[in-house]
Amino acid sequence: MNVRFKFSLWLAVLFAGVVAVVAAIAVLLAAGLPDAEYTFFLRTVQERAPVLGFAAALLLLACAGLLGWLFRNYVTAVRALAEQTRIVFAANPEHRVHAHGGSELVDLAATINRLADAYHRVRDDLETRAGVSNARLEEERNRLAALMSELSEGVLLCNAEGRILLYNEKAKALFGAGAQAPGARQGLVGLGRSVFALLDRDQVAHALDKLQSSLDQGVEFPATRFITNAVTGTLVKVQMAPFLSAAGGIAGMVLTLEDVTELMDREAQRRSLLQAFAAGVRAPVANLRAAAENLVSFPEMNEARRVQFSEIVAAESRQVSAMINDALSEYADALKAGLALEDMRAADLLSVARRRIEAVLGLPCGLEQASEEIWIKVDSFALVEALAYLAGRLREDYGLRSVGLRATESGRFAELDLVWSGAIVGSDALALWETEPMQIGAQQTPLTLKDVLERHGGEIWVQSHKTSHTAWFRLLLPLGAPAVTTTRRSLGTDSRPEYYDFDLFRHADTVQGLAERKLADLHYTVFDTETTGLEPSAGDEIISLGAVRIVNARLLKREVFEQLVNPQRPVSKASARIHGIEAQALAGQPTIGEVLPQFQRFCEDTVLVAHNAAFDMRFLELKEAATGIRFTQPVLDTLLLSVIVHPSQEGHNLEAVAERLGVSVIGRHTALGDALVTGEIFLKLLPLLAEQGVVTLGQALEASRETYHARLQY
Amino acid sequence: MTKKILIVDDEPNIVTALEFLLQRSGYEVLLAQDGEAALKQVEQHVPDLVLLDVMMSVKSGYEVCQRMRERADWQHIKIIMLSAKGREAEVNKGLSLGADFYVTKPFSNKDLVAKIGELLAPAAKPGGA
Repeated sequence: MNVRFKFSLWLAVLFAGVVAVVAAIAVLLAAGLPDAEYTFFLRTVQERAPVLGFAAALLLLACAGLLGWLFRNYVTAVRALAEQTRIVFAANPEHRVHAHGGSELVDLAATINRLADAYHRVRDDLETRAGVSNARLEEERNRLAALMSELSEGVLLCNAEGRILLYNEKAKALFGAGAQAPGARQGLVGLGRSVFALLDRDQVAHALDKLQSSLDQGVEFPATRFITNAVTGTLVKVQMAPFLSAAGGIAGMVLTLEDVTELMDREAQRRSLLQAFAAGVRAPVANLRAAAENLVSFPEMNEARRVQFSEIVAAESRQVSAMINDALSEYADALKAGLALEDMRAADLLSVARRRIEAVLGLPCGLEQASEEIWIKVDSFALVEALAYLAGRLREDYGLRSVGLRATESGRFAELDLVWSGAIVGSDALALWETEPMQIGAQQTPLTLKDVLERHGGEIWVQSHKTSHTAWFRLLLPLGAPAVTTTRRSLGTDSRPEYYDFDLFRHADTVQGLAERKLADLHYTVFDTETTGLEPSAGDEIISLGAVRIVNARLLKREVFEQLVNPQRPVSKASARIHGIEAQALAGQPTIGEVLPQFQRFCEDTVLVAHNAAFDMRFLELKEAATGIRFTQPVLDTLLLSVIVHPSQEGHNLEAVAERLGVSVIGRHTALGDALVTGEIFLKLLPLLAEQGVVTLGQALEASRETYHARLQY
Repeated sequence: MTKKILIVDDEPNIVTALEFLLQRSGYEVLLAQDGEAALKQVEQHVPDLVLLDVMMSVKSGYEVCQRMRERADWQHIKIIMLSAKGREAEVNKGLSLGADFYVTKPFSNKDLVAKIGELLAPAAKPGGA
């Protein structure tokens, strides 16, 4: 019941009661009086009516005061206390209640707090115990995630509808690279997102058909491959394998992805090199041949002719020479060996080689500390085998007792040296070793040292230093580029990788009936904007947009959108003080017209969430006409949701709500920072809403609407 | 005194052309068809410069070069390597093993003669270019 109404009712009852008692006393007093005195009494009452009226008014005020005091200290305070108590056990066990009221209430609050402490301890204890049993499961999952992130191929796991259940960083990088504006951080790869946003739908469907028919034919482990242009422009080789449901149907698919853009580029380069040779060499060689054959066949030709043909021979051969040189230098990259080579630190390679030499050959191997900066392009396995093979030959043929390894940089090459002292090994011996199949210990490989070197575009030779009696095999290998580590640490302290969500398996795509879906099952995009000011209709503009996704009630801190926006107007000093973004930082950024389509793609198929969403939505709506981008999905406002669950609490701004719900506020006043805080608040509000019977999206929207109108009236 | 140049290559055509060119340029020319023969010729005649092809059947140009550099009394002999393979790593290897210069086939006669002249000039610095 409304507090005001309750108060009025109580006041009316109290006042009426007091008046009734006074009236009854007056009637009783007057009842036994003789007539004259009764008349006198009546007259007196009539004459003193204003005084009595005043007294009645005073009485009413007194009642109201008394009742007001009682309500303040006991009724309203009790309500507030109840709300706060609910926060303790529904949202934030660390929250402690404060009573503003009578001493009894203060006492009660203290008791509740003691109870809360006890509850907190019990909860902690339970959580610890649950945590232990979960930890193992978690660990296994994390191991899976770690394994995935180590793979050099991109991996995507999708359910039958093409929703992504699992991905690794490599897959994300594959589709994230290239297509982004500077300063942008966003991803097309995300849990619950559609794989068709990344790969051509028809091609994937065709691949699925092929898999299905293989399955029908009884193939046990069918897989299919195709090369496709990703929407980001990279050329991706996709290998696709199904995984089956218990019933034997295709429940989903595993996609392994490889960026073959460079590979194909090189292939194309090679082809054009061949074509250039084939076409370009014919003509000058024809000229050469015709002139030369004339010179040979007609020795009796006159001097002028001979000179003429000779000059043709000279000129044409010069041309062919130049052509070959040009082609070779232009296509040097295409001719480089080693498409399957990886970039590796020379120091790392040597330490692996050392272990191999010591373990397999039992030959002590020294290691000179190599610079961390030297990166080489290698097939590490083959190269380690080659080094071990050489060390083995040295021991067998020359009886060496120890060897050493070192690496130095020289121009565009790295020199890997296998060093020994004492024995003199001739280059003829090395020439022989180069061409024999390598044998390491008892292991025989079909490869020769020459094969390995050729694959690396490398060379080997033996060198010696007379005075120190040392000699070494020098392997000259092209330098590589430092490998990029793709794993980025998450923003929060949350250690759980967010690359997978197998719960998504159970979700079928039900676009209809969104209103009936449970809040906890929906996917959300929580976003925030920073603006030049507070009045979009007066020309204020968005300068920063940040968003984070919530899938299956988890805040995915790795799946974020963060973009500064050039407002194409000056930023006021006042607002710059709040968000700390200076005008210069915005100059090179894309405009809202470029950013909104990307953002729209980021929030596809999700419900939007923002704190004081009306404000942010106003900015987006005002851009509708100019950009043609409309955000038609449902919008939830954490401010309104907070009012729904805590109507008696004062303060529903982001800080106040965050504090009340035990959400730590970090990175405020950046769009992404605020979006992250809002997301956490939203997740904390869900159980509180459920307590009030707000469970589905439809209910949440309806309750928000009511609250919004109530606040407007207020 | 006439300078002596040893041409080592197993392709007779280029040998014929180079022999003619160098004789016309005023040098005394010696010939060898493979690495073994080359070392014998060096032993016997101690030339001032060796034009050394890399790809040969019996002993590679690299080996000949390295052998020559192992002998203290042959240090003054200039070595120009000739190769149809011109990868940077091979050039690097040749120079590391003691060659003074590395020429990729095809080359211009004029440039080659100029380089030889430079290497054999009394004040020439070895390994220039």
